[in-house]
Amino acid sequence: MLTKRIIPCLDVKDGRTVKGVNFLNLRDAGSAVELASYYSEHGADELVFLDITATVENRGTMVQLVCDVADRISIPFTVGGGIRTKDDVDRLLSAGADKISVNSAAVRNPGMIPELASQFGSQCVVLALDARRNPAMPSGFETVIDGGRTGTGLDALSWAEQAASLGAGEILLTSMDADGTKNGFDVDLTSIISSNIVIPVIASGGAGSKEDFLEIFRYGKADAALAASVFHFREIDIPELKAYLDDEGIPMRI
Amino acid sequence: MIAVVKYGAGNIRSVLSALSRLGYEGIVTDDPDTIRCADKVIFPGVGEASQAMKALREKGLDDVLRSLTQPFLGICLGMQLMCSFSEEGDTEGLGIFPERVIRFPSSADSKVPHMGWNSISGLKGPLFGSVSEGSFMYFVHSYYVPLSQNTAATCSYGGIEFSAALAKDNFMGTQFHPEKSGSSGERILSAFLEDL
Repeated sequence: MLTKRIIPCLDVKDGRTVKGVNFLNLRDAGSAVELASYYSEHGADELVFLDITATVENRGTMVQLVCDVADRISIPFTVGGGIRTKDDVDRLLSAGADKISVNSAAVRNPGMIPELASQFGSQCVVLALDARRNPAMPSGFETVIDGGRTGTGLDALSWAEQAASLGAGEILLTSMDADGTKNGFDVDLTSIISSNIVIPVIASGGAGSKEDFLEIFRYGKADAALAASVFHFREIDIPELKAYLDDEGIPMRI
Repeated sequence: MIAVVKYGAGNIRSVLSALSRLGYEGIVTDDPDTIRCADKVIFPGVGEASQAMKALREKGLDDVLRSLTQPFLGICLGMQLMCSFSEEGDTEGLGIFPERVIRFPSSADSKVPHMGWNSISGLKGPLFGSVSEGSFMYFVHSYYVPLSQNTAATCSYGGIEFSAALAKDNFMGTQFHPEKSGSSGERILSAFLEDL
């Protein structure tokens, strides 16, 4: 049976993790490679690296990091953040990333989705969709970009449907309302997107407890769930989380 | 020498990294003689079937691969291209396996691509000697090979039982990515590299 995936997300700047990681007995707590390696050996099903590097000049650092990660870990990983061109994608995939995610650039230029899908395959094109509640939208959710700063007037569900039909292979769906709150994932958002599109959905934003994960799989119909700080600060231990979810009847790779 | 066939289909680096973790060096090549002389050949693949076959034909590699007699492992799209035909781009394959590759029907309950970790069963043959029934492997694919006499492992998705691996003579293929399947996947690669 296909299992539900648990995905830690690492924010990376200039090749280093930026959210504090204080629990691990790593030689270098800021090393994204060390952290990735730790997670891949401790139950993570997949990893996401989000490049928050401010400048284009530092992109090379990310490519080097991707090479190092690919050498060390044997589970799939996605790289996102600031990807705009086919050349960006080519460099990251050649360096060993399994998938890349596109966000604001795809909203501004939806044509990049079929372009990337036809060259590299849909399986490696993840649409990162950031959404916020907006009752004026048909689905009740609006697509936002630029890290949530800019509204688009684009209904989140119709953008998800469009992206799927353009060739995206997966959607990384972040609730900007829930993100950072630790009050749980946005079940309504995830459920409405996941039930209406035929590609997998990764739910993101708001994870605070093991029960939040159960809820997002059971009621939000998520195919995968992503979180950062609850894993980095070891508020939730991934093997324990997976054992709990498995007991509750959610299929897990144990 | 382990040859890794180069034909413009992705994920070659992941395969090389996995080989390197196991202490082997893969030579990435599209040279027919290098491939013929290799001790083992790995045929990776991520991408689209018709483009991939076109690239193989342009390089004259289709006949070369078919005629090989050393242990040969196709991965994901690689395995699908070893079949006779794929619905993806209505592509004629290498015909090493007589099977046809067909598309998963998609619905909100069984999404396509089939992406993530799924368990494999009915394990047969040398690749799976040290892997337990029900082990989890990482899959990413929208097309599948139905069960047949060459099926060496099975998997189930959306109510469909399909071939997670194929084997015939020196030719083997896995639909999943052993190079991305953690320690279970490494045991399969290790069996291919060391036991065959």
